[in-house]
Amino acid sequence: MEKSVKQIIAKYNTNQTRLMDILIDTQELQGFIGKEAVSDIADALNMSQADIEQTITFYHFLSTEPRGKFAIYLNDSAVAIMYGQRAIKETFEKEVGIKFGQVTNDGLIGLFNTACIGMNDQEPAAIINNRVFTKLTPYRVREIVRYMREGKNMDELINESYGDGKNHLPSLKSMVSSNIRRKGMILSDSYIYGSVTKNILPGISPEAVIAEIKHSNMRGRGGAGFPTGLKWEFCRRAKGDKHYVICNADEGEPGTFKDRVILTEKPELVFEGMALAGYAIGGDEGILYLRYEYRYMKEYLEDVLAVMRKNNVLGENIAGIEGFTFDIRIQFGAGAYVCGEESALLESLEGKRGEPRDKPPFPVEKGYLNQPTIINNVETFATAVRIIENGGEWFTQFGTEDSTGTKILSISGDCMFPGVYEVNWGFNVEDMLDMVGAYNVQAVQVGGPSGTLIGPDEFHRTLGYSDLSTGGSMIIFNKQRDLLRDVVLNFMEFFIDESCGSCSTCRNMPEVMKNKLVRILNGNGVKSDLTDLKAWGKVLLASRCGLGQTAGNPIISSLKNFRPLYEELLQKEKEFDQGFDLEASVQQSCRYVKRIPKFHLHE
Amino acid sequence: MSNLIKFKIDNKECMAEKGTYIVDAARENGIYIPTLCNMPGVKPKGSCRVCTVKINGRLMTSCTTPVADGMEIESSAAEIQDIRKSIIELIFVSGNHFCPSCEKSGSCELQALGYLYQMMVPRFPYDFPLRKVDASSPKIIKDQNRCIQCKRCIKTIKDEQGRSLFAFRNRGHRIEVVLDKELGLMMTEEMADLAMKNCPVGSILKKEKGFDIAIGRRKYDHEPIGSTIKL
Repeated sequence: MEKSVKQIIAKYNTNQTRLMDILIDTQELQGFIGKEAVSDIADALNMSQADIEQTITFYHFLSTEPRGKFAIYLNDSAVAIMYGQRAIKETFEKEVGIKFGQVTNDGLIGLFNTACIGMNDQEPAAIINNRVFTKLTPYRVREIVRYMREGKNMDELINESYGDGKNHLPSLKSMVSSNIRRKGMILSDSYIYGSVTKNILPGISPEAVIAEIKHSNMRGRGGAGFPTGLKWEFCRRAKGDKHYVICNADEGEPGTFKDRVILTEKPELVFEGMALAGYAIGGDEGILYLRYEYRYMKEYLEDVLAVMRKNNVLGENIAGIEGFTFDIRIQFGAGAYVCGEESALLESLEGKRGEPRDKPPFPVEKGYLNQPTIINNVETFATAVRIIENGGEWFTQFGTEDSTGTKILSISGDCMFPGVYEVNWGFNVEDMLDMVGAYNVQAVQVGGPSGTLIGPDEFHRTLGYSDLSTGGSMIIFNKQRDLLRDVVLNFMEFFIDESCGSCSTCRNMPEVMKNKLVRILNGNGVKSDLTDLKAWGKVLLASRCGLGQTAGNPIISSLKNFRPLYEELLQKEKEFDQGFDLEASVQQSCRYVKRIPKFHLHE
Repeated sequence: MSNLIKFKIDNKECMAEKGTYIVDAARENGIYIPTLCNMPGVKPKGSCRVCTVKINGRLMTSCTTPVADGMEIESSAAEIQDIRKSIIELIFVSGNHFCPSCEKSGSCELQALGYLYQMMVPRFPYDFPLRKVDASSPKIIKDQNRCIQCKRCIKTIKDEQGRSLFAFRNRGHRIEVVLDKELGLMMTEEMADLAMKNCPVGSILKKEKGFDIAIGRRKYDHEPIGSTIKL
């Protein structure tokens, strides 16, 4: 076993910056990263063991303790719970005979919670040994646990029930469904991959590619909305030994899953877009940073890359263009929402904890390994190919003036047809709800937990960078939902779990705010609590990254748009609540010392 | 000297060499911006956020942001001062900081900032977290109750091979700064001295040493934090 860890280290050339790969491979080999492995890795890389462990303990899917032969990660995000996750959880605990967070004594099964795994349109879902199990029911859970005890293999556990689209391919064999319900320029089947690279690139300079992208007015599809052409131009101009192209496929914002669908159905388009970007900025290396939740796609995506190399859409002197060399490797994360923040992603790529970097300098100047780097979303790269195919001018006819083109939405929650919809920017929320069959809607979470929660009086608003900006996550809640308990509290817990812990503000404030929310939910709130929450939330704006700055949004945004829900819970007659129940505390302490409490307070 | 650039802090004309971090540039111009995680000569990380200022309407940390020509920095506005005070209070309630019984009292930077910002009772409820004390090293005690996760020890205490003695563990609200078990045993006297000195609070203490500076002679007894920087 020890030898194998050494082989893994050697496979990555004893390179510190490939620590993530070393750790992931070790985790997969042994089911955990034990003391011996940590010591071997530390010695080989000349790092302290505490230094190795600080990376391990940062990531949700890495562990210094065994996680079981079958490690079950059940999604506990708000939508999963809406779709019956609690019954699934109870069945797992009953059938396996342990609680979540534990491993059976025989080491066969481990049960763990995990944040949104990008399956909101087919919940409840769980990841078991890197395979995704969707639409779980208590019956299926009993069956899966029985199969595990009978010694069946992973393929047998899946019952040959594969999802739609390409999910049935031998290299995927996945239960996941793509659920594409509306196609536009990106999801369209009209594009034959490689045609831009082969037919257009030989006749157009890198500068002209950038000019075309700039002319299209496309802005980044990940959520921040930075103009893509400008980013590419800055990077092209920045001096460095090497320029890197990185595709951010860490989609961790609860409720978004469109990148999973694009990568399943149109991976060639994304990879071609990365090569196109490499041509534009003068880079020959691309990295797809893929969230570990999508590990099941590894073999499939590597097959796609191999075919693209064979067809000379990747590789050396691509399309016969002298000196145009570009290749792509896949780097996995290991379970950390914050790694979707571009500079945290870079840290993770370099084998470290995903703590965001201070800006400036920006990645276009000093990015991966301190070299000029562009980091774009999966959808951005795919869109760029269609722009170069048809021209920037063509692109501007879609969408609105400040938000050109199409946007792929991940729509889930209370609606008839959850899934992926590609629409033109400028779509309004009302139309969107009618499109997906959503009735009696109480609220829509636009842009995931870090975005905004809006009610019916704002459904006339339109999707776009100047109105409702979104990376694509749309979660619908009907009037039966308890927004504060089932949504806001869940989202706050998500941010608490996912903070990197670097900034004092994001490390501590969401917990303080959540505690206050719980106090209100328990009926102990007073009016001043609402004023406090609003004021305290502002301190988070002093955080380094977008995660920290928006970590209070579930409360801030619901307080703004759904204030009556909070007010209903407050104690009307009280200005102040000491937050301390004397009788309960006395009773509790008496229980410990085995005394019978005697109260004289009300005599 | 051709690299000198002009910028403004609270409308006061300032000058500094290009590329200087705002916090240092401010000091050179006689303006004090409070810091906690920052250490002169060590690459800043901006983790405590105490040195927050406002530039073009955005909150930025002055320890990590270099001055630029024509930059207009707001530092003493009430809004910014209140954010700083909130952050100091937040750090206080998130650990177990009992000044009267702490060896670092009087020389503690967090305590000194508490005084500077006239913190009476923190506006946030105390968390009273359950934290451990690690006394496994023969040289130091690592008291997690007082740690503020500033990363100074992680960045500055390394062995001769360049390996870090301290590292983070876990993330988010559960984050800790821990001492490497193996290297902790081999800690030298000098490393222990430096670790204690670099810790802004009383989280790293040398064993067999404590309360050896009389009240009245401690770091901040006569010169409150920041008071040596004068216009």
